[in-house]
Amino acid sequence: MHFQLTDDQRALRGGVRELFEGRFGREALRAAVDSPGLDRALWRELGEAGLFALRLPEAEGGVGLGLPEAVLAFEEAGRVLLPGPVVATHLAACSRVPGAATGETVVTAVQGGLVEWLDEADVVRGDASGAEPLRSVDPLTPLHRVPDHGGGGSSTDPVAVLLTAAEQLGSASRTCELAVQHARAREQFGQPIGAFQAVKHLCADMLVRVETARAAVYAAAVTADPRDIAAARLLADEAAVRGARDCLQVHGGMGFTWESDVHLHLKRAWVRSCRSGDVTESEETLAGDLLADREAMAA
Amino acid sequence: MDLTYTPEEEDFRARLREWLAKVLPALPPKPSPADWPARRAYDLGWQRTLYDAGYAGLHWPADAGGQGATPTQHLIFLEETERAGAPYVGANFVGLLHAGPTIAAEGTPEQRARWLPPILRGKEVWCQGFSEPDAGSDLAALRTRARRDGDAYVVSGSKIWTSHAEVADWCELLVRTDPQAPRHRGITWLAMPMDAPGITVRPLTTLAGSAEFAEVFLDEVRVPVSHRVGEENDGWRVTMVTLSFERGTAFVGEVVACRRVLGELAREARKNGRWDDPVLRRRLGRLNAEFRALWRLTQWNVGEAERKSGVPGVGGSVFKLRYSHARQELYDAAADVLGVEALDLGRSWVPERLSSLSYTIAAGTSQIQRNIVAERILGLPKGR
Repeated sequence: MHFQLTDDQRALRGGVRELFEGRFGREALRAAVDSPGLDRALWRELGEAGLFALRLPEAEGGVGLGLPEAVLAFEEAGRVLLPGPVVATHLAACSRVPGAATGETVVTAVQGGLVEWLDEADVVRGDASGAEPLRSVDPLTPLHRVPDHGGGGSSTDPVAVLLTAAEQLGSASRTCELAVQHARAREQFGQPIGAFQAVKHLCADMLVRVETARAAVYAAAVTADPRDIAAARLLADEAAVRGARDCLQVHGGMGFTWESDVHLHLKRAWVRSCRSGDVTESEETLAGDLLADREAMAA
Repeated sequence: MDLTYTPEEEDFRARLREWLAKVLPALPPKPSPADWPARRAYDLGWQRTLYDAGYAGLHWPADAGGQGATPTQHLIFLEETERAGAPYVGANFVGLLHAGPTIAAEGTPEQRARWLPPILRGKEVWCQGFSEPDAGSDLAALRTRARRDGDAYVVSGSKIWTSHAEVADWCELLVRTDPQAPRHRGITWLAMPMDAPGITVRPLTTLAGSAEFAEVFLDEVRVPVSHRVGEENDGWRVTMVTLSFERGTAFVGEVVACRRVLGELAREARKNGRWDDPVLRRRLGRLNAEFRALWRLTQWNVGEAERKSGVPGVGGSVFKLRYSHARQELYDAAADVLGVEALDLGRSWVPERLSSLSYTIAAGTSQIQRNIVAERILGLPKGR
């Protein structure tokens, strides 16, 4: 057993980070906030870079990698708050929806009673009839609400839940960094605020949540076990939402402004939590598992 | 990222399981928790059994008499012994996890030859004399004084929270040898024989009603200079080696045990009807997520130790912070499952609920762990 990134996985993560930071850095993020709309050129570049075709076999023009690599890539997407229905389009590429793999086609999906980017998407997976627009809390994710069409099967695809958890992890990791940067630079009472334990301990707790969620998310990527995915989802949601909240707190008044990026992380984390469906369902999955065969823990 | 075990690792696990199935039924009954001499004999007996089978000091380096096992093999060992219900490390804790590794890393060949084999063979018990009444979280404030007198140090002062003091043969002791030097540079590490004249042990009763640790009073106790490990006044550095060992490996078996308890709680709740309460179910579901993640974090940390050749890092602080709180939440949830029976000390999980309260304090309080995480991992400035 060696539960660590391989050299190839480290290299992949580095490459994806470079790509995203170069193509969707802070200036691009703020420009996107100022003029919303899906950047089709960016979408095609993501397609060319292989984000959507990552798990398609090479024989079909894909990259031929697995779920762990996809998780690393989506973690990076979460870090930079990459906009657009990237998870839905990635999954569509895996299902051979034409044009999804290359980024020619923008695919969205009904997830957790919502559809993201409905007006910009070329293809909608799931029944979006009767969709009503919301005034989305996240300036970078237009949302429609979809009425319950019955049938009971509202469960979200576990892989979508896992990739969403990976995005949450990336965001949580980023807000921890932003909080630490601010705590080192901002001075009050004649010293960096990060020297005060009240601030320091907020930051330490952020890191603890990130690293615990990281272990859960990476393990779920390796096993693809629904119970591991449910656990990863709960921990990653917690790390992202509470991380953004604490990051906001550490930033003080600046954290409450529109020009700070912190609120973008918080709002997106809220959107992703809903995308993964009802929290109760994940909790009940894990509760039911406790009554299952004792040996199941051996995993 | 790989969570499958290699054929060699699986083989190690299979042989261990087979061996445990053979030896565990032949063990004597567990002694009463209040009977310290019997506990000592039981724990040393288990250590001897491990030694005879080649499992003693699994994670110790081979040149210290250990097996030089990989961190993954050590993980498998802790997992399987816990799952099989094998005895805990008990009275051998300080010897195997603190004093022994310190002597292995910093001792002279003579010191290693004198002290390490009896630890591995279950002959001698060690205790730890670090904390003092006025030096807890601020360990470097310790005041127990040692003055040189010929070929001995003469030690006076007092230590506290010393587990197994009543039955220990040796104490790994931190003393102040240079009161004038900066705090961290005037400390020395000594191996003190517990039968030396001038030592008084006074047991302390915990809130659980048990005597798990003691105060140790030292009045002009003579410790030979040859019992000093490391240089005089270099004891702080020598000690830091031990503390990281404590945080690196101490909780593996416990996470396995907590996951088992969680399953038992669910079954108990179904039996007594509380399972019908969705709030309780969801709480147990969240705890399942928590302990699954802690197990993965353990595997991750083991992978990291393997990558960085065996030295446990500050990642142990991240784990310890999360785990100690999760353990308390687990037993609080147990109280919810039990209802009024949670007030009955004779009920399972109730004594464990009480002892779980020490987890956010012992081996570095959560507040100190947060400082470590913030300063050493995140690079935040030291405060006042």
